[in-house]
Amino acid sequence: MSSLSLKTEGDRHVVVTRRFAASPEAVYRAHIEPALIQRWMLGPDGWTMPVCICEARPGGRIRYEWSDGQGHGFHLTGEFVELQPFSRIVHVERMHLPEPTPDNRIETRFEPDGEGTLMTMRMTLPDAQTRAAMLATGMEGGMEDSYVRLETIIGA
Amino acid sequence: MFNLDATFAALSDPTRRAILSRLARGEATVLQLAQPFAMTQPAISRHLKVLEGAGLITRRAEGTTRPCRLSPAGLDAIDQWLAQLRTTLEKNYARLDQLLAEPPRRTRKDRS
Repeated sequence: MSSLSLKTEGDRHVVVTRRFAASPEAVYRAHIEPALIQRWMLGPDGWTMPVCICEARPGGRIRYEWSDGQGHGFHLTGEFVELQPFSRIVHVERMHLPEPTPDNRIETRFEPDGEGTLMTMRMTLPDAQTRAAMLATGMEGGMEDSYVRLETIIGA
Repeated sequence: MFNLDATFAALSDPTRRAILSRLARGEATVLQLAQPFAMTQPAISRHLKVLEGAGLITRRAEGTTRPCRLSPAGLDAIDQWLAQLRTTLEKNYARLDQLLAEPPRRTRKDRS
């Protein structure tokens, strides 16, 4: 029921599908209402989203700021392109690491699936350099203590 | 493409991610890798075996030591980025499942 599928499409796209035991309206709302987004779109355990701006209209701004509560964080900005309640969202986003990554256009679809919803998200794959930067950021987030110890020992 | 499951498994452990981070700065022996972790060399060796199996590192023989280095092929592989994306999404969607399972409360602000 809830397993995630993640597949590459050609050499530029990633398609993610996931089923949810709730209506398309409920899943759609959880993607555009800040009070809801702040409760689940958090990444690794221990991270929070203290700032969540999500203006759900064409041209509306997106700004998500994440924090690990220990002075580390990063943010994402974006804009909505199209919204079809409660079936489709198209938006553009970029991560700031702190250098901005190339724009990623993401289409998210919400379809009725029995009692629940099938969500399909199609995104653009970041280029090699961006991937490396994102990996480095993710690693730091998950292993800050070890990382600090390593820094001390390596003297970097 | 490398085996995705092996890559996910290899990256799921904080010690192994820290080892990769250390190796990003250059080749290292098991002894050098073991120092910051307060772990035994056999324990580190087991982690290295997992990383090697996932194609993320390579080892060469040099006298009695077998220094490790990052495998460019493994690191260039898109799998690694996809593994991290998958991990993040799985955690996020598990939280979303819980949120969606809560009773509706949109029109009620007087919940106790």
